[in-house]
Amino acid sequence: MSEEKTPRVEIQPELCKGCELCISQCPKKVLELGKDLNHMGYNFATYKGDGCIGCGVCFYACPEPGTIRVYKKIRGDK
Amino acid sequence: MENLDNTIGKPQSFYDTFERKPGKDKQIVHYCPGCGHGRIHKLIAEALDSLEMADETVFVSPVGCSVFGYYYFDTGNIQAAHGRAPAVGTGVARANKKGYVISYQGDGDLAAIGTAEIIHAANRGENMTVIFVNNGIYGMTGGQMAPTSLEGQKTATSPYGRDIADMGAPIRMSEIIAKLDAPVYVERVSVSDFKNINKAKKAIHTALKAQKDRKGFTFVEVLSACPEGWKLSPVDAIKRLQDVMETYYPLGQYKNELETRPTKAEPLPRPSDKDIMTALGVGDKAAIINVTDTFVKNFKEQRVRISGFGGQGVLLAGTTLGNLAMHHELAVTWLPSYGPEMRGGTANCHVMINNSVVGTPVVDKPNVLIAMNGPSLDEFENTVEAGGTIFVNSSIVDKKVKRTDVKAVYVPMTNIAEDAGIKKAANMVAVAAYLSYSKAMDLNSLIDLLKVNFKKKELVDANIKVIHAAKEYVEKNCM
Amino acid sequence: MNKEFIKGNEAIVKGAILAGCTHYFGYPITPSSEVVHAFAQLAPKTGCTFLQAESEVAAINMVYGAAGCGVRVMTASSSPGISLKQEGISYIAAAELPCVIVDVVRSGPGLGNIFPEQSDYNQIVKGGGHGNYKCIVLAPNSAQEMCDMTIKAFDLADKYLTPVYVLTDGYVGQMMEPVTFPSEVKKVERKDWALYSDKASKHNLVCTIRMSAEEMEELNIKLQKKYAEIEKNEQQYEEVNCKDAEMVVVAYGITSRLARTAVEELREKGMKIGLFRPQAVYPFPKDRLAELANTAKVFTALELSNGQMVDDVRLTLNGKRPVEFYGRMGGVVPTHKEIVEVLSSLYKKHLA
Repeated sequence: MSEEKTPRVEIQPELCKGCELCISQCPKKVLELGKDLNHMGYNFATYKGDGCIGCGVCFYACPEPGTIRVYKKIRGDK
Repeated sequence: MENLDNTIGKPQSFYDTFERKPGKDKQIVHYCPGCGHGRIHKLIAEALDSLEMADETVFVSPVGCSVFGYYYFDTGNIQAAHGRAPAVGTGVARANKKGYVISYQGDGDLAAIGTAEIIHAANRGENMTVIFVNNGIYGMTGGQMAPTSLEGQKTATSPYGRDIADMGAPIRMSEIIAKLDAPVYVERVSVSDFKNINKAKKAIHTALKAQKDRKGFTFVEVLSACPEGWKLSPVDAIKRLQDVMETYYPLGQYKNELETRPTKAEPLPRPSDKDIMTALGVGDKAAIINVTDTFVKNFKEQRVRISGFGGQGVLLAGTTLGNLAMHHELAVTWLPSYGPEMRGGTANCHVMINNSVVGTPVVDKPNVLIAMNGPSLDEFENTVEAGGTIFVNSSIVDKKVKRTDVKAVYVPMTNIAEDAGIKKAANMVAVAAYLSYSKAMDLNSLIDLLKVNFKKKELVDANIKVIHAAKEYVEKNCM
Repeated sequence: MNKEFIKGNEAIVKGAILAGCTHYFGYPITPSSEVVHAFAQLAPKTGCTFLQAESEVAAINMVYGAAGCGVRVMTASSSPGISLKQEGISYIAAAELPCVIVDVVRSGPGLGNIFPEQSDYNQIVKGGGHGNYKCIVLAPNSAQEMCDMTIKAFDLADKYLTPVYVLTDGYVGQMMEPVTFPSEVKKVERKDWALYSDKASKHNLVCTIRMSAEEMEELNIKLQKKYAEIEKNEQQYEEVNCKDAEMVVVAYGITSRLARTAVEELREKGMKIGLFRPQAVYPFPKDRLAELANTAKVFTALELSNGQMVDDVRLTLNGKRPVEFYGRMGGVVPTHKEIVEVLSSLYKKHLA
């Protein structure tokens, strides 16, 4: 993990209901709705892979408690 | 383990997995996609985290979509009937005086069926935080009109749109609550965009902190989207929230007296059992009257009716007699006249005394009648048992007892009392005259009773004077 | 002398505080108001919490909240107020919370008047609120029992985790009699299911919703088992001259006091007549009453109602013996003479 030096977002695909609020509210537009369906049958949001600034907007936009985790600033793990 | 200090994720005040939630998906909430409840839950959980309040908090789940709040919050949880969350919360707050209460309610719950409960919990300034989720529709029940549904809004029960001339205008609760004196903090926020969500986060934190500081009642109204109920996509629902809801329901603080409001007083410690017993006046007391078994055995049943006009103290005459009988180890009941006649007109009471068990407390055939005024004699003369005694207050009653099969004893009760210095003690004259004449119980024991029951010595002395005067009168004129 | 000459309504409050009750939520209504007055008066001196709620509905929901937090809590009301409380009582029964509810019955239906009736029997003994629940109902007939049964009500509520009523009327409530109070304040233990706003109790849940039919049936079955247990253990009655009685008069509360005097008078006249008094009307003392049907030939229920308890007498006797009924309504209390006449004519009708 220590090689990652930039903020990022993690979205649990199986915990996403595909409401797209994170996507629509992301200021950097770095999230998108995937083509795949999760076990509930929703298309789930995914991180495009770069451009996240760790602002947390998507976390608060998401109605789910634990679907999104935003890494504001990555510290090297031991 | 990765260090999560610099991440934004699921707050600790949520359960790790939602074990109480049925089904397999125990990491996600039961709400529909895009629902505002989940967003609001997160803000509450974050505030509980940062204020370290979760262990001491009881979360009250309402009826509505958030009925399952207890699936999620790692706090104490209680679930209330529709609209009653503030009353249930009051019960919790009054029982656990050092704890915290969150009453989480929707618009049907709070602003329709529970209007009385929210207004009065607010008005009492209960130390609780109310999170009022206003999405202008009944979600769980199936998309019916809420008291907060907007003008023209089509719902299952306003299929042609809300007509405010017919159905009333959407109700603005924050404005109403803020008008009350007791609430300390009232704010309306909206979980629409990031800016407003941040304000909501701050408001919920402020409200909970105020509760932690024991400032009293705090109220946060949160405008929230219901995509399912509004029949819009989650993204379009947020747009409606911003464009329509936030226009009708202006955001902002409606009340903030956090700086000036004093902290509520600490609850007092519970008194010792001894102090409680003393306050209740229960426990052993010295006997004031020596009673022999022979006295009790030979006691003849006394069925006493005492009647007069309000203010003559006929009820007190009866309870005095009852008390005296109790101190004589007798069975006794006292029953007041019951109903509207107590509020004007004649007042009367029933006293039943015997040496075993009193069955009926109703004296409908007295063997003793004390008539303190004319109407009382008229009303009860014919009820007296043959051979019984009628005591007449001859200061007031001119007429004589018509019946010849009863004894009549005429005592100027009011005059005797006046002459002895207490005008109001005609009732004591009545009791003393009855005891002097009938010898049912020892007259001296009445004096002993008064000494215990009356705290003021002057009053005791004056009443003793009255009792002696009554006794002298009866012995001289009636025997 | 450890007795006090006291009104039944006040004996309830002193009994409650001695039972360890610390919380009262209520709304005034005649003829129960003395209970609320007495608690308001005594609360600050005894470390109790007293709150006058905005309504009966709110009061019973406050009781629900406080009961969920493990304190001994009570409320009191009178018939129209009890009707309003029924919603909350159903929830309390479903959540299996202990509390005590005093009903000082007045005349109905509607606003009626404040005179005594026994017409709440059906609404409190047979349910009242929605769902398959029952409440224990104790029926004192003296000031002493107002105290004793209130204390017992708290114990039963905690034992069975259920609301317990003290069912009374304006006569027993207003009547003063000598009462001996207990000489100590009961200790209330911490309850392992209650919410104490602390870490140790926070995983407890007070809740009445069950999402699946199976789970809801499970709760219902659990409740019915509890009621069966209550019916087995808690039948309570008093009998006067029943052993050789050919006619047994069944009456509770104030009516049993009126009946007692009449029954004793008729005994003196040579009639073999006895009084059977349910001290609890739920559970109805059916075992002993059924046993009496082996010796007594006829049963007469006396009530201040249109005949509500009499249904339980009929159910108990199940056709084995004739059951007569005499009742007055609207707050009319039958006179002694009236009761004597009614009972003696019924006696003659069946037994002469």
